[in-house]
Amino acid sequence: MNIINEMRLKIPSKSVNEGFARSAVASFAAQLDPTVAEIADIKTAVSEAVTNCIVHAYAGEIGMITLEARILEGGVFMVKIRDRGCGIADVKQAMEPLFTTAQGDERAGLGFSVMESFMDKVTVRSTLGKGTIVTLTKKIEQRAR
Amino acid sequence: MLRIETAQELMMVFLIGEIDHHSAKAMREEIDTVAERVRPGTLILDFSDVSFMDSSGIGLVMGRVRLMKSFGGEVKIQGAKGNIRKVMQIAGLHRVARMDDEQ
Repeated sequence: MNIINEMRLKIPSKSVNEGFARSAVASFAAQLDPTVAEIADIKTAVSEAVTNCIVHAYAGEIGMITLEARILEGGVFMVKIRDRGCGIADVKQAMEPLFTTAQGDERAGLGFSVMESFMDKVTVRSTLGKGTIVTLTKKIEQRAR
Repeated sequence: MLRIETAQELMMVFLIGEIDHHSAKAMREEIDTVAERVRPGTLILDFSDVSFMDSSGIGLVMGRVRLMKSFGGEVKIQGAKGNIRKVMQIAGLHRVARMDDEQ
């Protein structure tokens, strides 16, 4: 699919950047003229992915998170959230609802469930000790103006 | 940000702004400080003025449900709309807290 537009954002894994990251990605996606609900879906999914990088990938340290967003032909929005943190030992288990390794921090274990509910497609590629790439895709319906 | 009102057995918490992993910690600490002193029978969490919430908000509610249970009390959720309500539905919060019917 042809790339219509793209952007890249690199931020340290500080929790104060959670709001910035989701807002920046949502602003970029606004070019597709999404509905308020679609923007909220993207914001929520990105917030979950970025929070995972901060809480899990870089637990107890600060590392860089890269977000690459693309607008593809046909109104498809795609965003990759990449970290070079600890990686996920068992991706399938990590994606199960309510599974969390952060028991003491009131984490609900619903990050991936929320991403899957709010986006059309979620793919996770992870290598232990090397990092994780989460790719979120959503088609924005083109509406008559 | 939040505003807390208490009246006898009732404690009302009006959550304001964005609830994420960054903001949730301060919110829950503020709620718990008051709740542990007042020990209310009912804790109402009002989401009317929440503009954004991810699953960190679920952790916040579940933690307060546990706290209220330890006093023999309960949590009620009101004013959750749009995506905030959707996140709550994914989590099945209606099973652990009373939710209003507002859409």
